[in-house]
Amino acid sequence: MKFFKAFGLLALLILVILFSSGLLLLVLALAFPQAFASGELTPVVISLIVAVTVVGWNLLAGENGSIKGVGLLILLAFAAAFPLLFPNGEVTSIAFFTLMFAAMVTGWNLLAGYSGYLSLGHVVYFGLGAYALALICEHWNVPAGYGIFLLVPVAGLIAAVIAIPAGWVALRVRRHAFIIVTIAMFFIGQLLAENLTNVTNGTTGLDLPFPLAWGGDFFNTPFYYAILLLLLLAIALSWWVRHSKYGLGLLAIRDDEDRARGLGVKTEISKLTAYVLAALIIGMAGAIWSYFIGAVYPMSAFDPTFDVTIALMGFLGGIGTISGPIVGALLLEPLRQTLAANAPDWYLVIYGGLLLLVLLLLPRGILPTLQERWQKYRALRQSERPSDDIVISSLPEQGKPANIT
Amino acid sequence: MSLLEAQDVCKAFGGIQALDTCSISVAEGSITGLIGPNGSGKTTLFNVMTGYERVDSGSVRFQDRSITNATPDKVFRLGIGRTFQLTRVFPRLTVLENMHVAAQRSDLKGQLSRWSSTHEHRRALELLDFVGLTSLKDLPAGNLSYGQRKLLEFAFILVADPRVILLDEPAGGVNPTMLNYLTGRIRELNQRGVTFLVVEHNMEFVMGLCDKVMVMHRGTKIAEGTPEEVRANPAVLEAYLGD
Amino acid sequence: MGPVLEGIILGVLTGGVYALMSSGLTLVFGVMNIINVGQGALVILGAYLSFVLEQRLHIDLFPGLLITMPVMFLFGWLISFVFRPIKRDLMMLSVLITFGIALIIEGALNLIFSANIVSLQGWYVTASIPLPGFSPTFYLSYIYVFGFLLAVVLLTGLYILVYRTDFGRSLRASMENRTAAELVGINVERVSSITFGIGVALAAAGGMAFGATNGFDANSAYDLISRLLAIIVFGGMGSLSGALIASVGMLVIEDVVAQVWQQNWATTVFFILLVVIMVLRPQGLLGQKEGRQQ
Repeated sequence: MKFFKAFGLLALLILVILFSSGLLLLVLALAFPQAFASGELTPVVISLIVAVTVVGWNLLAGENGSIKGVGLLILLAFAAAFPLLFPNGEVTSIAFFTLMFAAMVTGWNLLAGYSGYLSLGHVVYFGLGAYALALICEHWNVPAGYGIFLLVPVAGLIAAVIAIPAGWVALRVRRHAFIIVTIAMFFIGQLLAENLTNVTNGTTGLDLPFPLAWGGDFFNTPFYYAILLLLLLAIALSWWVRHSKYGLGLLAIRDDEDRARGLGVKTEISKLTAYVLAALIIGMAGAIWSYFIGAVYPMSAFDPTFDVTIALMGFLGGIGTISGPIVGALLLEPLRQTLAANAPDWYLVIYGGLLLLVLLLLPRGILPTLQERWQKYRALRQSERPSDDIVISSLPEQGKPANIT
Repeated sequence: MSLLEAQDVCKAFGGIQALDTCSISVAEGSITGLIGPNGSGKTTLFNVMTGYERVDSGSVRFQDRSITNATPDKVFRLGIGRTFQLTRVFPRLTVLENMHVAAQRSDLKGQLSRWSSTHEHRRALELLDFVGLTSLKDLPAGNLSYGQRKLLEFAFILVADPRVILLDEPAGGVNPTMLNYLTGRIRELNQRGVTFLVVEHNMEFVMGLCDKVMVMHRGTKIAEGTPEEVRANPAVLEAYLGD
Repeated sequence: MGPVLEGIILGVLTGGVYALMSSGLTLVFGVMNIINVGQGALVILGAYLSFVLEQRLHIDLFPGLLITMPVMFLFGWLISFVFRPIKRDLMMLSVLITFGIALIIEGALNLIFSANIVSLQGWYVTASIPLPGFSPTFYLSYIYVFGFLLAVVLLTGLYILVYRTDFGRSLRASMENRTAAELVGINVERVSSITFGIGVALAAAGGMAFGATNGFDANSAYDLISRLLAIIVFGGMGSLSGALIASVGMLVIEDVVAQVWQQNWATTVFFILLVVIMVLRPQGLLGQKEGRQQ
């Protein structure tokens, strides 16, 4: 019986994916016929399909362990095989940035989603990680090649170490002011990169070693896998935090910090740890990015639009969930890149308009909203037929009243 | 033996003297009630005794040791639990998760392990059963009715195995059936050795439950005794009717 | 001594203009509990409006405010409606929504005016008076003084509004305790919308002064908003006097540093100031210590 149920759910999942993808493809083909035909919309299409798959997987595989496992394997296999399936340099480049943002948002979510402290300046650690790697390569004359990837965690650690005192200061203030203090710290980072010309070369920037051996379309591939690895690491960290005692403390802080503290949750250390872990992930992303781009400049490594993009993706997908950040990145990044490339004049207006629309219609983010609707639908289906799990009431016993909601 | 006491506590907010040389004493093993008209300082006294407010002068003692101005989490760890008038639970966490937040372990290993697999899990389930919320354990606490939230709050302060529990208006906004249920739970815990200090407006509830009652008025204690003694005390009547 | 005094004078004068732009921001936070990160874009929009009036219709900048300010007030008033239906996560959503609005404004301005740097013109922009006692001679452009006077006039008006009128009393009550204000019959939503409108109108005025003293384009909004946000946190979020003191204070320090040391470092110092005050006094200069009661 359970097998058929699993099979049925799997079939349903596949149907949902095919149907929604088909629908989206149709809409895109009708709205942008030229772009669609010329293949420019391919990255957007692919990411939409993957996003739908992730969402569907979340909703339908919720209870069933075997489907969860199978779905996860399929997604992983697809991600691993991606550069082989779509070797085009432009596509893998967009994929790189999509995965990069997915990793950053997942890291950011550790602090913002779980504890409710929204940092709009964590990209300062992206810049720090980027510059750290560039400086290490320069001062130790590191040759180009795969070896540099081993230095990425080092760069990340440097960013994380700086995050400790910075986080301690930033977390002293209330949540509203916290947002702004993080922004201020971001600009301090950017300005220091500009002004400490002895160290950072100021606006001239620094170059990183260029791996000539990786020619043509292959160039993007090592970077793709590096960032994929980082994303998987971030997801694992996010998952583990969510299910640990520590993560529970963070969620309690989000709901009622004072009460949590009163019950013994170590609020200060918890928040700081989340802050630093986010900095670590984002720092490593910055390092990989700097190697990918080949050069760092104050304005590029400390890009203020990244901060808001991260928050947007997190919020869009659903803060506080594990898949939400990924869905957000999948939906926004290829779209953003395609818009910027094809409609540079109208890009900001369209992007801003889309943003507003989504924010107003789905204020809790895509995944939570859909999950809630799904739960309601299932609860409705369940109440229509007898089942073993009684959700609400329990029978009255001697001395105890009935529990009725 | 006095388990918990406040001695000559004074506390002012701006121009208002909320507590004026207030002294009360809670005997071990008792269910003590604390009543008084609105504004008499009952909740402020609670706040001061559990670390949510600092005293201007005076002291608070637990088991003959001073806990004056201790932080709320320290107070909680010492074995003094406290509920709130407007229940403070974690609305986005499930009922079961709420229970686990209260069961905080300070060691690193405890922090890193999956919360659902610790031995505290069993205890959390036991306590949920004690208050009758087992069937709701996977619902977000925010979905619970007011009365159920009160029960949840009650349950999670039990996690720390407190010696004394301060209940702040437990009967407020709760229907009679639930109230009976709550009374039953309190009595049962009392029989197991837990001391209670209950602030309440509902006279029936207090008189029926408590073995000793203290009356506050204008920031200080004006009477104490058994429920019958207090009911007959003219000073008490005047306090309630006079203002 | 000369450079320092120059820095102080400039700091005070430009600080007044920043006070104009940030006062609305802090009030809106106080009443509505939202952070309007689009304030920078709104300032620039106001600057462009003044620009158009001056260039196309040859209306001088100051009288032009009689048009731009009411128009921007209306615009702000309309924007405030967006926040009414939101019940959860208002703070973060407000940040994202106002950012979206800012993007649209910036994008539209870019489209219309393209990326050319412009600045507002008027006789007082180019004409200047030499201040005695400085060598080399310190020529102070009239616009700085006029901009400051504008700020003084408008902010005085704001103070009177907030502290001496019925509306002001409703405003302050809503900031103090929203629920209590509603219970005594104050229409908090109406107060909020009007406050938002006022904030944007002041931003327009500030935009005019800003545009006359700086070259600007659509992208100037970023730098501007980061400064405005730092100012209101420094002064204490929700505190009008705090925003005033912080505007002048931070600008003075920045301009003195620019004169004495280097312009690059001046901006860095600006933000470091904020971090320092957060360590010493997390609630800002005049902010409240505990959380707001609702």
